[in-house]
Amino acid sequence: MKKFSKIIALSMAGLMAASALAGCQPAEETGKVYYLNFKPEQDEAWQNLAEKYTEETGVDVTVVTAAEGTYEKTLTSEMDKSDAPTLFQVNGPVGLANWKDYCYDLAGSDIYGQLTNEDFALKNEDGSVPGIAYVVESYGIIYNKTLLDEYFKADWATVKSIDELNNFDALKTVAEEIQANKEYLGVDGAFTSAGMDSSSDWRFKTHLANLPIYYEYKADGITKTDAIKGTYLDNYKMIWDLYTDNATCDKKQLANKTGTDAETEFKTGKAVFFQNGTWEYDGCKAKDGEGLKDEEFGMLPIYIGVDGEEEQGVCTGSENYWCVNSKASEADIKATLDFMNWCVTSETGTTALAEDMGFVIPFKAAKEAQNPLVVAANEYVEAGKTPVSWNFTTMPSEDWKNGVGAALTQYSAGKGEWKDVVTAFVDGWAKEIAKAK
Amino acid sequence: MLKKKKQYFLIFLLPTLLAFIIGFVYPFFQGIYLSFCKFITTSDAEFVGFSNYIEAFQDESFLHSFWFTVAFVIVNVVLINIIAFFVAYALTMGIKGANIFRTVFFVPNLIGGIILGYIWQLIFNGILVNFGETIVSNATFGFWGLVILMCWQQAGYMMIIYIAGFQSVPGDLYEAARIDGATKGQILGRVTIPMMAPSITICTFLTLTNSFKLFDQNLALTGGLPTTVAADGTSIYQTQMMALNIYNTFYANGNSRGVGQAEAVIFFVIVVAISLTQLYFTRRREVQQ
Repeated sequence: MKKFSKIIALSMAGLMAASALAGCQPAEETGKVYYLNFKPEQDEAWQNLAEKYTEETGVDVTVVTAAEGTYEKTLTSEMDKSDAPTLFQVNGPVGLANWKDYCYDLAGSDIYGQLTNEDFALKNEDGSVPGIAYVVESYGIIYNKTLLDEYFKADWATVKSIDELNNFDALKTVAEEIQANKEYLGVDGAFTSAGMDSSSDWRFKTHLANLPIYYEYKADGITKTDAIKGTYLDNYKMIWDLYTDNATCDKKQLANKTGTDAETEFKTGKAVFFQNGTWEYDGCKAKDGEGLKDEEFGMLPIYIGVDGEEEQGVCTGSENYWCVNSKASEADIKATLDFMNWCVTSETGTTALAEDMGFVIPFKAAKEAQNPLVVAANEYVEAGKTPVSWNFTTMPSEDWKNGVGAALTQYSAGKGEWKDVVTAFVDGWAKEIAKAK
Repeated sequence: MLKKKKQYFLIFLLPTLLAFIIGFVYPFFQGIYLSFCKFITTSDAEFVGFSNYIEAFQDESFLHSFWFTVAFVIVNVVLINIIAFFVAYALTMGIKGANIFRTVFFVPNLIGGIILGYIWQLIFNGILVNFGETIVSNATFGFWGLVILMCWQQAGYMMIIYIAGFQSVPGDLYEAARIDGATKGQILGRVTIPMMAPSITICTFLTLTNSFKLFDQNLALTGGLPTTVAADGTSIYQTQMMALNIYNTFYANGNSRGVGQAEAVIFFVIVVAISLTQLYFTRRREVQQ
């Protein structure tokens, strides 16, 4: 009996020791890729692409996608593990600040050589390249062409064609007339619900807020600032009021409205306008008897009532930069660089990025995307309009965005005043910059 | 024989002890160390001294969340214990179907906090929509929403403890009290409650610490909203409790992880101090049978 229990005790202790040691095996020499993906919409497509790559080369590729709005948190905990992501994303210069010590210098890498324009890379002052944009996206006010044409044809319509719809006043007229005649068009409102749930609030606290920042930077001739002045915040208010006063829902209920709510309203034809970007194509395209046909998609620039905005295009840029973990093993870094290069040069990779994910990629071998929203965005460029750059990558922090978003919600719910939005925007900016220094 | 058993006690203790050290003792001390550091990932931290603590005490939102938590804890501890006590009292009076009721009251405790938070968010919003409000449009709604949610979830658990307490009061004490001519109220106040002091101690302790450390329900129900904007541009989350505040501070930016960690240490000291004080005072009221 005594012997027996001794054996059990010893084997238990042995098991524990073995399981504790199992984590410390040396890395395999072939190297492997672990990609922490930022975009939940493309999770499935990435999983498929990773599988194809493994089939072709035998290299293991793990793709993990962080839930909406939790990328920074997921990245922080994953980077602490012994099997940390080898490929991760930052959203621009501000996001890079946290992770700069973890970024492998991509200057001279194959993928860097594939870029069509060096401006798509993040650069440090010493010339090293910590990140490379892998997708260029556009956003604006997506509209349903069928419904908008019906409006143009109606005898009560003041604006008669899409060409006349090229500034804020025209947009306001159209939106208000649609809202007043919503039964005629069979819609619930001109705009989809401007949901302020976390699945949707980034459309306003980040993307819409880009416009007043863009015009301020442009007027002041700068590309970033430690102290925003808020010169164009009245315009921000105008467009926000337009969105929320002419929408499918009561603006007091915005806090409850989700991204899916807005998407559903748009794809079931219950709203004419939907502020969102090229990535929404997949969510709204016709399938299972619902959604819009390709030729029904259109995209307008976001007009906020600034002089000369007739020449403004849609907002085009990137907040998706690939970074390679410099603390990964050499074999893993090599495997990761190979994988990245394969994605943007191989037939399989470029096809998947263009077709399955609907991405426009800034690389030489890029396939033309079939996405009608991308086509619509390109039309503005071809017509000589100036694209609005993505300056929200210079916003000081996530907390700043959340603060502005929460103030917007309170303002629309009638519980807060516009001046709170301005304070959160202007004073909050300086405060957050100071905190991060 | 006894001596032989003693030889083996360490070996049998080893698995649990190891788990405890790996899962609790080590992270705890590492956490304290990290509160003095600046870091992005815990594996490379740089020692910076007390600056995180200084910043933590200057953090307005942290102070706000402290007072919000204190108010919440007081209301919550009182309400949950009163409800649980009287439900237990009712269910030990021998009414029909007591076992079914016990189960019904206990079940909410088996549902996870995040799910509960979202379910109650739907319920509250479903009601508030009739008044043009939402759960996050007013901090008062958020506060009472959390209180209702927690009462619903925790009262059943505390009820089980109280029922055990009721059943452990010897019947002869009641008999003696009745012979002495005590009224029902007197029996409750002079016999039952003093005899149940151990149950009250443990229930108060559990509700106090649970309410203090509340996170999931807070995150899911209101996420700390609504905010007020201070003159310097800081957004103060009105219904944010301490745990959620610490979590958000931790992830705010590259400098704030250490500050969040320092706040977590301060939080730990507060919870330990308050719950030990509570234990000391309620223990004194316990009577030996």
